[in-house]
Amino acid sequence: MPFRVLAMQRIGRRQKLFNICIAEPTVPSFWRIPARSYAQPARPMKNEGSSKASEPIRVRKFGGSDNLAGHNLETQTVSQDELLSYNTDWMGKYQGKSKVVIKPKSTEEVSAIVKYCADKNIAIVPQGGNTGLVGGGVPVFDEIILNLGNMNKIRNFDPVSGIVTCDAGIVLQVLDNYLAESGYTVPLDLGAKGSCQIGGNIATNAGGLRVIRYGSLRGTVLGIEAVLADGRILNCLKTLRKDNTGLDLKQLFIGSEGSLGIITGVSILAAPRLAAKNVAVFALNSYQAIEQTFVKTRRHLGEILSAFEFFDQAGHRIQQAHATNPKKIFETGGDSPFFALVETTGSNKDHDDEKLASLLEDLLESKTIVDGVLAQDATQFASIWELRELITEAAGKTGKVFKYDVSLPTSAMYEVVDATRSHLNSLGLYKGEGKDGVVKSVIGFGHFGDGNIHLNVIADSYAPEVQSALEPWVYRFVSKRHGSISAEHGLGLQKTGYIFLAQDISNVGIMRRIKHNLDPGNILNPYKFVQPKKMPHARTKDKIAHSIEEEK
Amino acid sequence: MRPSPVSLLRILVPVKRCVDYAIKIRVNPSGTGIDTNVKHSMNPFDEIAVEEAVRLRERRKDVVTNITAITIGPTKSTETLRTALAMGADSAIHVEIPDSLSPEPLGIAKALKALIEREKQKEQVDLVIMGKQAIDDDAGQTGQMLAGLLDWPQATYASKVVISEDQNSVNVTREVDGGAEEIKCRLPTVVTTDLRTIHSRLNEPRYASLPNIMKAKKKPIEKLSIEDLGVDLTPRLEILKFQEPPKRVGGGKVANVDELVAKLKEAGITAVSN
Repeated sequence: MPFRVLAMQRIGRRQKLFNICIAEPTVPSFWRIPARSYAQPARPMKNEGSSKASEPIRVRKFGGSDNLAGHNLETQTVSQDELLSYNTDWMGKYQGKSKVVIKPKSTEEVSAIVKYCADKNIAIVPQGGNTGLVGGGVPVFDEIILNLGNMNKIRNFDPVSGIVTCDAGIVLQVLDNYLAESGYTVPLDLGAKGSCQIGGNIATNAGGLRVIRYGSLRGTVLGIEAVLADGRILNCLKTLRKDNTGLDLKQLFIGSEGSLGIITGVSILAAPRLAAKNVAVFALNSYQAIEQTFVKTRRHLGEILSAFEFFDQAGHRIQQAHATNPKKIFETGGDSPFFALVETTGSNKDHDDEKLASLLEDLLESKTIVDGVLAQDATQFASIWELRELITEAAGKTGKVFKYDVSLPTSAMYEVVDATRSHLNSLGLYKGEGKDGVVKSVIGFGHFGDGNIHLNVIADSYAPEVQSALEPWVYRFVSKRHGSISAEHGLGLQKTGYIFLAQDISNVGIMRRIKHNLDPGNILNPYKFVQPKKMPHARTKDKIAHSIEEEK
Repeated sequence: MRPSPVSLLRILVPVKRCVDYAIKIRVNPSGTGIDTNVKHSMNPFDEIAVEEAVRLRERRKDVVTNITAITIGPTKSTETLRTALAMGADSAIHVEIPDSLSPEPLGIAKALKALIEREKQKEQVDLVIMGKQAIDDDAGQTGQMLAGLLDWPQATYASKVVISEDQNSVNVTREVDGGAEEIKCRLPTVVTTDLRTIHSRLNEPRYASLPNIMKAKKKPIEKLSIEDLGVDLTPRLEILKFQEPPKRVGGGKVANVDELVAKLKEAGITAVSN
């Protein structure tokens, strides 16, 4: 009895707080973030006296009547559109209502800002290139956006070891161009490289196309500088390949999605940039053929293999339909059900060509592949890569995309696509590839070598019936097969409610303890990733999360 | 002149291995030329020439008997020939020269002439199709010089090539400043291929499919030395200086027209007096 009364009171208070936080509904109704009650929820920035920070903070202000009086502020009035771009994620799926974007220029400024926010109990969303795919980089309500884009300097580079130290806000492509001049390359490559920032890459433990060659960021990041939730600057920015002196704190931040601290500086081990590159794309008749190709590829190519990707016919067709300059690449194999792309990178062209030739001969003679093409020059190299790399963009042009980035045991990887098709078909939402239906297309493609498939369901709109058909069905499917519901994209906002489909309760318990230790006020990127306990039970979404908790 | 009207045509396609079209060119460390320690591939205009030869054969299977690719270059140029073979050439000839030698268009034309005369014993060449220029020197001379040396007609900057019904001549549409010009050339003739505009190219060179690459391995590449042809490729031109163009300096923004006028005056630009 007393317990229930307490609960009601809590709910009552929570609802009141909920009303303060959101002036009006800000997000499409399909996506309902339950009002979570936390110790200190986000509150709008208020009209207060001078900041406690000693450094002048540059703040961009947009319209509004708030006035942070008494500061050395460089203010600017910008259009609502620009503010909206910071508030909206790359896919246009998530949209926040923040009125403040701060773009500090140094770690000290970040520290001052965070300290101010900690004192005033203001929630912060750390933001990099805003290219994330799970809504982790944009506000849920009106958390202030702390964008690292102005911190983009290279601090140090050692051309002998290849270790580079730089600010977290440097764009990945810019960093790669810098390293190229000295014959090195960033050990990370992904589609968003023209816009994403290295800090964000590290905060999400980005995977990308070359994990099979360079490994994950957990191995190549040597040091991190971060600002903690109380404004302290954590310095783990060593440039040592080997350093076994205590707990490796930087590992906590890699993949922490901005929840434990704001990464402001990184040191990373760059790889030598090797000149001999080859790419070939194969047409295959079955999924098993991809598996056989993969085994043969690793045997023949050995250390020169730098990427092994795959995509299906549906994905290929969509890419060709939206290509600005579609090229007829396959003579006969263009209609095959599956395609695989193999890239080699090495230091000796003759050596690599020979290895590749023996692989191609083996694949053709054993009839593992039906057809294939080998790039003859740099332009063809780029076109062949486009077959795989432009699928994401083409999907976005075809309709609204529900993305599921999952890991599964290799033999079962494509099952998720087939199963999703029949599941949606049974609900009458999907009638087949290219046929009319709420869902136009279901495609699968990804990093075969890492056991990671990107399931894309393309619909006319982000319709609630599609959403509820897919979630948590897809996650349950993956979880039952002991896969991961998020291979590389992270939990962000999209999957935060499904963490119990990915982790044991006790694991989550330890994660929560670490979060509470480093950010007791929960001001860093709240409402996402691993959330503190005390989740309300009443909402629809929560019921699922809650019931899963109970199942276990 | 051809003796009999109905006979089969042999096409010779000279190709050149150049620095890849997509590579950013830099001056080499010693300042004597461009940095050649980068990716090389077939000259894109020659790719179009190979593709055109293959398409001509596809259109007139009964008429075109043989497509031979030839290159005059260092050992590595064999790869370029393999690409041509994978695209559909039947055989190839590699005239090997030392790495250090950078042949000039006149030398190449002389070598090609010597080769064509040599080939007369086996099967004479009826049509030479080559790229209008190489993207490394942009000379655009080899085709014309070859035609002159052989005393053959030439159809340069071709955007369309059609073999006539009696196989005695070709109708070539040429890209000229005023538009397009169609000429009829009696065989044997030299044709150099152009790109035309980005949107409507002469053709789109095909990708080398793996089955064709495998087949190409078995196709014959005849190796010759420049001495076999009796040609001297010693350069007749001497490079005096080699430098990068001056770097672009940034512009500046001006606040208003007065400031613009002031800056123009500063730069020494005066008004034109009418």
